[in-house]
Amino acid sequence: MTLDFKPLQQALAGVGYIADDGLAMALCLVVGLRRPLLIEGEAGVGKTEVAKAMAAVLNTRLIRLQCYEGLDANATLYEWNYQRQLLAIRAHERDQLSADAVERQVFSAPYLLRRPLLESISQETSPVLLIDEIDRADEEFEAFLLEILSDFQVTIPELGTIRAQSIPHVVLTSNGTRALSDALRRRCLYSYVDFPDETKELTILRARLPGVDERLAGQIVRFVQLLRREHLEKKPGIAETIDWASALMGLDIRALDADPRVVQASLLCLLKTEADLKSVPPEVSARLIGKVA
Amino acid sequence: MSGTPGAPAAGPVARVRGFLAHLRLNGFTVGPAEAEAAVSLIAAIDPPDAVATRLGLKTMLAGERGEWERFDELFAAYWFARGVKRTGTIRSSAAEREPGPPPIWHRVLPPGAQADAVRSIEPHQPAGDKGDAPETPAPTVASRREALMRADLGRLSSANDIAEAERIAERLARALRYRLSRRRLPARTGDVVDLRRTLRRNLSRGGEPVELLHKNRPERPVNLVLLLDVSGSMRLYSRYLVSFVRGLLGCWLKADAFAFHTRLIHLTDVLREGDRRRAMDRLSLIVEGFGGGTQIATALKTFNDRYAREALNSRSVVVIMSDGYDTDPPEMIAAELRRLKGRARRLIWLNPLLGWRDYAPVARAMAAAMPFIDCFAAAHSLASLAALEGEFARV
Repeated sequence: MTLDFKPLQQALAGVGYIADDGLAMALCLVVGLRRPLLIEGEAGVGKTEVAKAMAAVLNTRLIRLQCYEGLDANATLYEWNYQRQLLAIRAHERDQLSADAVERQVFSAPYLLRRPLLESISQETSPVLLIDEIDRADEEFEAFLLEILSDFQVTIPELGTIRAQSIPHVVLTSNGTRALSDALRRRCLYSYVDFPDETKELTILRARLPGVDERLAGQIVRFVQLLRREHLEKKPGIAETIDWASALMGLDIRALDADPRVVQASLLCLLKTEADLKSVPPEVSARLIGKVA
Repeated sequence: MSGTPGAPAAGPVARVRGFLAHLRLNGFTVGPAEAEAAVSLIAAIDPPDAVATRLGLKTMLAGERGEWERFDELFAAYWFARGVKRTGTIRSSAAEREPGPPPIWHRVLPPGAQADAVRSIEPHQPAGDKGDAPETPAPTVASRREALMRADLGRLSSANDIAEAERIAERLARALRYRLSRRRLPARTGDVVDLRRTLRRNLSRGGEPVELLHKNRPERPVNLVLLLDVSGSMRLYSRYLVSFVRGLLGCWLKADAFAFHTRLIHLTDVLREGDRRRAMDRLSLIVEGFGGGTQIATALKTFNDRYAREALNSRSVVVIMSDGYDTDPPEMIAAELRRLKGRARRLIWLNPLLGWRDYAPVARAMAAAMPFIDCFAAAHSLASLAALEGEFARV
């Protein structure tokens, strides 16, 4: 096993994802060591995108499990398709099959609904399994997930134990709304993704919006960088920068200082709460535009 | 342990082990499994490359944001003997440890504290506020203060009283602990069958209620966040307040503790340590600059920026233990408390000075903070802490 993150970093750039050295190394270890990676960071720094880009680079499936409060093992592993089972039982009523035979049939693989976790371990080639916003799920689910992530096997009472055909590349993301357990942290590799610096954000913007005007892109990035230093409830992420840039392109704006009124109105692409919008009145945005123009 | 930066052990494996020990000293949770993985990781990086190694080890050994941010410094310090100088040392064998409180407490509370209480009070006068007339005590008040202080210190000296502080904390914790929610929510077990969901779920079985679904009133644990001032002006009280905090953490499901003087430090892991003396030892290493000046507002800002989102929810009770002598501008503390109040349900401020007769919250920071405080109570003695129970029960 040799580890070199440069080729992976270039491949990621090839599919439009600009990863810094730290993140590229982390992803390289995910592939090399087959260990799950926990990515933390503010909303909108591209945590979810990492998994998508990984799947594209590795040319494999992306299986996504979105976590929410109340998520339980059933919804993530498997469920029996009751409707189909019932239909089958009705259909077999006339065949005079023994009850055992019917039962064996309706509790077989075709009647199993595979949910993301089971799906991810029954692929022939390793998929990328994205467990998104793990901090939203309950602590019990976290414990259950730990078990799956260490064994990569699932026991279904009616069918027996299903072992992973290939071990998926697991990426977990967290927005830090709840403290995660130490056990989970220890099991995972860890990476913290911060807001990008000016150069990196500019590269990302160019990669995502190839048609963007060079001068405007520079202004946009500098503006957003300055905006993040203001006291905001929710700092704009990269996704917001890209949204705003495409909005400005759509509005046919060539430079931020050209039409302050329209720029001010378009700030709603960046600021997502009322308090934040109020805290950036025209005077503040004019001051920021003055600095970047 | 050979984790001293600058004098690493010979041999690559031993050096990696030394590095992990160095990380452990700095609060990382790394064990033998990590050591093995680290060695194979270093071997796998071919050609050897310092940057790739650093990034790889960082990914592998850091577990949370704080560790992630400190890793680079620690890495450089160990492998390149650069930058960071460790200020404290941990003695390697428990046998060397002399009985009694760890050294940091000798400084704060000399063994003869009881006898010369008066002398040890002197540094208590907060340096930053000396010029402000209102809180400079009149001489007559001072003598009474001294007497009160002596009583406080007398209580502190015995181990029993520290245990008492923890016991009181436990009682308070119980008074606060759970509030049942009014609404019933779907639950795995519960006292009531959720008829609507049961019907819906069993439609696929011809309406036969094969699987019963329940609902229950969920317990909503009150979430406690403790912010403890360990600056110079608080040093007389810090010790038993730490015991108090430790007691609250010990029996709490959801509690977080932070200490601050000029910086904010996350304490929870340290105080959860089973052995009290080891906890204090680790605390003394972490709270570097213990007994220095206070920047309450800066510490609160760090808390708001970094930890608040994770630590606070609408059921959070924030307890600040401080005397309110702050070197930051008072407008700043007001602004930060407003932000804090927006996220938490209740804000309790325990001020040791409040136990003194004639005390009024005239320190500028304290006056600025008053509008945001739901409960302003004394914390100068164990009795005053015990009296909080009623206050906590009403939260």
